[in-house]
Amino acid sequence: MNGAWFDIAHMLAGGLVLLSLMLLYQDRMFALLNVFALHAVLLSASVAWQAQIQGAPHLYITALIALALKAVVIPVALRRIVVRLGIHRTIETVVGIGPTMLAGMGLVALSMVVMLKATAQADPLAREDLAFALSVVLLGLLMMVTRRNAVSQVIGFMSLENGLILAATGAKGMPLVVEISIAFSVLIAFIVIGVFLFRIRERFDSVDVSALDAFRGERR
Amino acid sequence: MRDLAVQGAQMLLVLVLAPLLLGFTRKVKARMLRRRGPPVLQPYRDLLRLIRKEAVIADNASWLFRSGPYMIFAATWVAAALVPTFATGLTFSWAADLIAITALLGSARFFLALVGMDVGTSFGGIGSSREMMFASLAEPAMIMIVFTVALVAGSTQLSSIAHYTLTNASLRVSLGLALVALIIVAIAENARIPVDNPATHLELTMVHEAMVLEYSGRHLAMIELAAAVKLLVYVSLIACIFFPWGLAPPNGDLAAYATGAAAYLVKLFVGGFLLVLFETSIAKMRVFRVPDFLGIALMLGLLGTLLLFVSRSF
Repeated sequence: MNGAWFDIAHMLAGGLVLLSLMLLYQDRMFALLNVFALHAVLLSASVAWQAQIQGAPHLYITALIALALKAVVIPVALRRIVVRLGIHRTIETVVGIGPTMLAGMGLVALSMVVMLKATAQADPLAREDLAFALSVVLLGLLMMVTRRNAVSQVIGFMSLENGLILAATGAKGMPLVVEISIAFSVLIAFIVIGVFLFRIRERFDSVDVSALDAFRGERR
Repeated sequence: MRDLAVQGAQMLLVLVLAPLLLGFTRKVKARMLRRRGPPVLQPYRDLLRLIRKEAVIADNASWLFRSGPYMIFAATWVAAALVPTFATGLTFSWAADLIAITALLGSARFFLALVGMDVGTSFGGIGSSREMMFASLAEPAMIMIVFTVALVAGSTQLSSIAHYTLTNASLRVSLGLALVALIIVAIAENARIPVDNPATHLELTMVHEAMVLEYSGRHLAMIELAAAVKLLVYVSLIACIFFPWGLAPPNGDLAAYATGAAAYLVKLFVGGFLLVLFETSIAKMRVFRVPDFLGIALMLGLLGTLLLFVSRSF
């Protein structure tokens, strides 16, 4: 395989991991949304590059869907939700930025170790793709755990799903139908979450999910 | 013999160019803020004036206070002598090791923090403690950057790293991360704007200025010159590792050296201009947010090292 092609694929996927780490420490809503949009743009660039390398034209459609839905529609809709909920203020994280970043680095290291062991015989391109995809997924999960604000938890969920798409494009022969259905199920999940956000807000006057814990009688 | 001449030329060159770079950044910054600014040669005049002035020393100052500035200057100058600026064939090429340079700059910082506390004023103490707080994050970040670069290039010697970058130029994500991390470390180490403001003496925020507050005369001149040389060292380091184009090879002819010197000048001024551009477009951080800023550098260095393990060469 051509070295420069591999390097560019590597750089795009590595940039995706880097942006996931950036998502972890953004403490303002709009900055978070902007980084998320950038995440989606980079994802679609990465998918398009994979389509080029693998010679699989249907991946271009996946890239287009990612670009349209996740880089444009969802950030714009989330921005409107944030404005309507009136939460432009800073968002607090459960643990401090330092420990979160350390945990994030630990997860990246973990996914490298696991993936390199598990896929020793695989094609090197698929191998690094899977390692990066696993770290993006884990970082998304970490973000959902550390954030208390429901909107940033949604963004954590969406970035996790970006990682899944990255993994899917690395595997050869993923049917287009599956990818389209994933994209649309995410959109539906987004709509459902949006409805829930407003319900939570109506009931508790806040989108801080610790209010839900208090309501269930759990003590923090 | 020629190596020795090149080495001597380089040592003089860094000493002569350092105040010029400082004056250039000040001038460009003033122009960007729509002020006229001091002339580019002003730092030379300041240094001459300071050397001629009487040095006032506090009554309870120890020998450390008097010898500190010379040690700081010497360590920084040796570090500057090791970085290939316009040619790679230097006498001390074998010692031009990234870890050695980090250690030299670290010992300069150690002396600076010591002399800051020597007289026992409160400002010096604050400055030293803050400097050490930043250093405890900046130095691990620097070491991670060294690891990344050394793993990619297969050496910690600057001349072989420059040679590697020249021969196999490619898009390496780890090198990109290391570059960004090194820029952040350089900004923090040189007390530039998001971390510290070199142009003010505001009690709440100053770090570098707080430590040197007690100095005057020739001692202050030494410290100022050392600070200027340190800025030059970092710009040269970035240029040598990531943009080594135009560096004269060992045993080159005179034309190669001339090209190298011209390329070095261009790199210096481009670097200074970019630094000023960054500084004018960003606000100063609170002191307690600086660890987050440096934490980014540490994280990038760590990530760069991690990503190497999934890349081509491993």
